[in-house]
Amino acid sequence: MRGPTYKIFRHTLSDLLRSRWVGGYAVLVGLMTGGLLYLGEEPTQAVVSVLNLVVLAVPLVSLVLGLMYHYANRDFALLVLTQPVPRGSVFWGQWLGLGFSLAGAFLVGTGLPFAAYAFLGRVDWVPVAVVLLVGALVSLVFTSLALLLGVLNDERVRALGLAIAIWFVMTMVYDSLLLAFIILAQAYPIESWVIGFSMANPVDLARVMVLLRLETAALMGYTGALFRKFLGTDLGFAVALGVMVAWTLIPAWWAARVFSRKDF
Amino acid sequence: MVRVEELTKRYGALEALRGVSAEFPAGEVTAVVGPNASGKTTLMKSILGLVIPDLGRVWVDGEVALGNPGVRGKIGYMPQDPRFPENVKVAEVIELIEGLRGERPREAVEELVGEFGLGEHLEKPAGVLSGGTRQRLSAVLAFMFDPPVLILDEPTAGLDPLASSRFKDRVLAERDRGKTIIMTSHVMSELEELADRVVFLLEGAVIFSGSLEELRRATGEERLERAVARLMEER
Repeated sequence: MRGPTYKIFRHTLSDLLRSRWVGGYAVLVGLMTGGLLYLGEEPTQAVVSVLNLVVLAVPLVSLVLGLMYHYANRDFALLVLTQPVPRGSVFWGQWLGLGFSLAGAFLVGTGLPFAAYAFLGRVDWVPVAVVLLVGALVSLVFTSLALLLGVLNDERVRALGLAIAIWFVMTMVYDSLLLAFIILAQAYPIESWVIGFSMANPVDLARVMVLLRLETAALMGYTGALFRKFLGTDLGFAVALGVMVAWTLIPAWWAARVFSRKDF
Repeated sequence: MVRVEELTKRYGALEALRGVSAEFPAGEVTAVVGPNASGKTTLMKSILGLVIPDLGRVWVDGEVALGNPGVRGKIGYMPQDPRFPENVKVAEVIELIEGLRGERPREAVEELVGEFGLGEHLEKPAGVLSGGTRQRLSAVLAFMFDPPVLILDEPTAGLDPLASSRFKDRVLAERDRGKTIIMTSHVMSELEELADRVVFLLEGAVIFSGSLEELRRATGEERLERAVARLMEER
């Protein structure tokens, strides 16, 4: 017999895979990737464009869909919590189900057009695989953050507001702040600081990871160049990967702790 | 039997339960009554492990309940406003709960589905059910495992007269089979029909606990609604 975490995971997954939101998200990502491949001259260009999708749309969609699911499912979770299963199983089952659905929708939406393109022309699979991996990781990071915001806030409007604020800071404000910092502190050796800032922002890390695996150094931006310079391509990639995993697990673990002690 | 001792729960400045002790004997229906925000739901949720009390103890069927998820296998629960996942079929919801309990009481499910007229809804997505149908599904989920304890929070809200009367028959039959039944309702006539005992809460404290007969004697009122009103006036 399988454990309760698995059963709740399977249930969450089958609920979400039939949801028109998750389906719609996969189709939309598919259409955009397909369009980019169709319009672009070669698939590596499309990888860079998909990367923009990963750093802008994927975090927002993961946050919003994650929160929507959390609040829509709250009353049913109440009933599940009155069954003889530990709260941890309920939380991790839902986290896995939500993470799998969102990462899966992105992987299918992005992967299928590239697979189709491979019949027509040559695809360099390394950058494609990296952008798929990174997109899946970004989905998981923001799933964890969505559930954390959800368990910390009983009011959905507040959680949604905070989610949009986090998204805005990580995707928009961060770059300006970083630029301002670099300009103001240019007289000092600030490289390690900048690498530290980058690690504080999973969106920037995602960009660094993909660009480290592309030959287009000009696209790297300052943090990407620093990662390569100080850590080298392989170590830099491994460090960024490790930090992304931490960005997935720490908020999820925190959310699980709150969930276990919460009053429903 | 369910017993709570000195249950205390605070939400910030609000004291939801202030040292509540009460006993809910087996083979009887105990109505928990009181005005809104008197602590009824917090009390029931503490027994269910949904609310973690600051102080106090809970026993369900002889087992310590706090921090013991296994004990919930002995409880059937109907929440006040049951909601179900949007895209999953009713039959799949039943299967999920069966899986989580590790029991597949097929005969009981068939009987309850028939009794509450859910047969035609089994293949529908659970998210599209009307209020009354959700309540009937909730009843099936609460009764199907034949648990020794039933906690029913406003269970007849939204039920049509037929379903409601079948539901009441079921409650009385379960009581006669020795179940511990704890329920709330805003419909006093309904509690009068079903309850053997009353626990009256006001501002998080037990004001009265005893049989309906004792309540009538204590207040000099024949009707439950009047008796409860009298208790509130005296405060």
